[in-house]
Amino acid sequence: MIGLEDASVSFGARTLFSGISFTVPVGRSMAVLGPNGRGKTTLLRALLGFQPLVKGRRSAPKIAGYVPQHGASQAKLSGLDVVIMGRAARLGLFGQPSADDRAAAEEALAEVGACHLTELRYDRMSGGQRQMVLIARAIATGSPALVFDEPTSALDLGNQSRTLELLNMLRLRRNKAILFTTHDPNHALAAADDVLLMMPEGREMHGTVAEMLEPDKLSELYGVAMRWVDVPGPTGETRRAILPAFAGIEAA
Amino acid sequence: MAATESGRQSLIGLRIGAFGLMVLALIAAMLFSIGAGRFSVDVPRIGEILLAAILNPDAAPTQMDERIVLLVRLPRVLLAALSGAALAVGGAALQGVFRNPLVSPQVLGISQGAAFGGALAILFGYSGVVLLGMAFLLGLSALVLVGLLARINGRTEVITVILAGMIVGALFAALVSVVQFVADPNTSLPAIVYWLMGSFSTATWPRLWLAVPGMGLGLIAVWLLRYRLNLLALEEQEARSLGVNPDRERWYIFTAISLMTGTSVAVAGIIGWIGLVVPHAARILVGEDHRALIPASALLGAAYLTLIDTMARTLTAAEIPLGVLTALVGAPVFGYLLRRHFKETNRT
Repeated sequence: MIGLEDASVSFGARTLFSGISFTVPVGRSMAVLGPNGRGKTTLLRALLGFQPLVKGRRSAPKIAGYVPQHGASQAKLSGLDVVIMGRAARLGLFGQPSADDRAAAEEALAEVGACHLTELRYDRMSGGQRQMVLIARAIATGSPALVFDEPTSALDLGNQSRTLELLNMLRLRRNKAILFTTHDPNHALAAADDVLLMMPEGREMHGTVAEMLEPDKLSELYGVAMRWVDVPGPTGETRRAILPAFAGIEAA
Repeated sequence: MAATESGRQSLIGLRIGAFGLMVLALIAAMLFSIGAGRFSVDVPRIGEILLAAILNPDAAPTQMDERIVLLVRLPRVLLAALSGAALAVGGAALQGVFRNPLVSPQVLGISQGAAFGGALAILFGYSGVVLLGMAFLLGLSALVLVGLLARINGRTEVITVILAGMIVGALFAALVSVVQFVADPNTSLPAIVYWLMGSFSTATWPRLWLAVPGMGLGLIAVWLLRYRLNLLALEEQEARSLGVNPDRERWYIFTAISLMTGTSVAVAGIIGWIGLVVPHAARILVGEDHRALIPASALLGAAYLTLIDTMARTLTAAEIPLGVLTALVGAPVFGYLLRRHFKETNRT
């Protein structure tokens, strides 16, 4: 389980959020939506214990599987070596990764379908490949909680799709508490059970995807009109996406 | 899977081969250094002398070549090798912690602090243990000062550590100048100046034993923390998320580095550039994983400083100060590194 209880964070006179409460139990996945600068990253930092709370409490396992936006950026290490770092908390100060740690890392790479990245050097990987390695590292921590900082923001559409599929697969296993931030409500539709909306003027609301992803609420969230559109799926079934008013202007 | 397994096997094979070569290079450098000089001794004779000394350690050397090898050159070579290993490992560890291949032990102001301690000791006519103690203590106080200056709102960021190191280094460099200014130009001033330029010419067995605890402890500590260095090279927040305490663990490394730097300054003055040039070469040979980089830096640093010291005492009739030679080699390498570093950062 991972969550905040009546938590407030402020920088000097500026309050990013106050009295925020939510929990993500093991087996559920929550997406955090909010406009730029509203404090999504600060919320993650508070959740992970990197940002002191002015008041309130956080509940989180000692180590959370954290997937940063740009991780290990200079590491001239193999994919496997980066994943093995996920085992660091289990090693003592003078400890060295053992064969068990290596096996756990290989298993985590297999779980995200990235065995082919085992030997590739991290600094030579593409953004999408790095993302897979960092997700594997978060899994290798063995933590019951996974926290993603905008896992799709730096990726092209193909890699966004792969990452969302992976997020959804992890969600459907129902054995982790998952939280991720995103700019696209459709990503919440694709991979979350619950949504936390960080509304302007310091209000927050959360509920299930069905309750939260409404054009009215999202219009208020982003300050742009939103509407549902029907999209044919690959097998002809009807799917729904939620799009801003500017989508499709040129084609019309 | 079989392919990656065999790939890893061949990688491990390469590593072992590289380390084998480095050990051989170190042994060759040490033998060459023991033999070279105005009174040259050939390698078989060195072997004979060393073997006899090991088999019968209590017998006093009588022959001329025995006395030169056992009393003059062997302690000097061992001290140079040990100092080279300590300085190179200190540089490699520091570069890992700062995620920057351009920093070296001088950056934290430790060398300057230790230099001030040593100069002060010479000014008051001390040498030996007092000089070493002063160098270590003031090197450590430079480090503590850096720590106090850099700790802002309970947290220590890498960039503030570098800036604080510059400030403290400048302060102690000025204090060294003050000591030189007040020193007696006929006696202590030349001693201070020559000592600061760096030399192993005063190496003896007692001096070696003086250096072994500090350098040995520092080397062992960094070796034990080698995997930690990989983790500390990550972004601060990322490292913390993996259960690392970067604030605290960085200071373990810094203390080990100041122990090694203070000791080496005490026994041989400031020998610059080793901590910069050697880890760079080691990185080319074994890569950036500190589990390989630390031992490789130790071996290469030992061989490199042994050879530099041999050049210093054999090239000319009078000894060339070590600092001069290491700078002549180091400065061009540093210039090259600097250009390459910024070319790479601009490209990505």
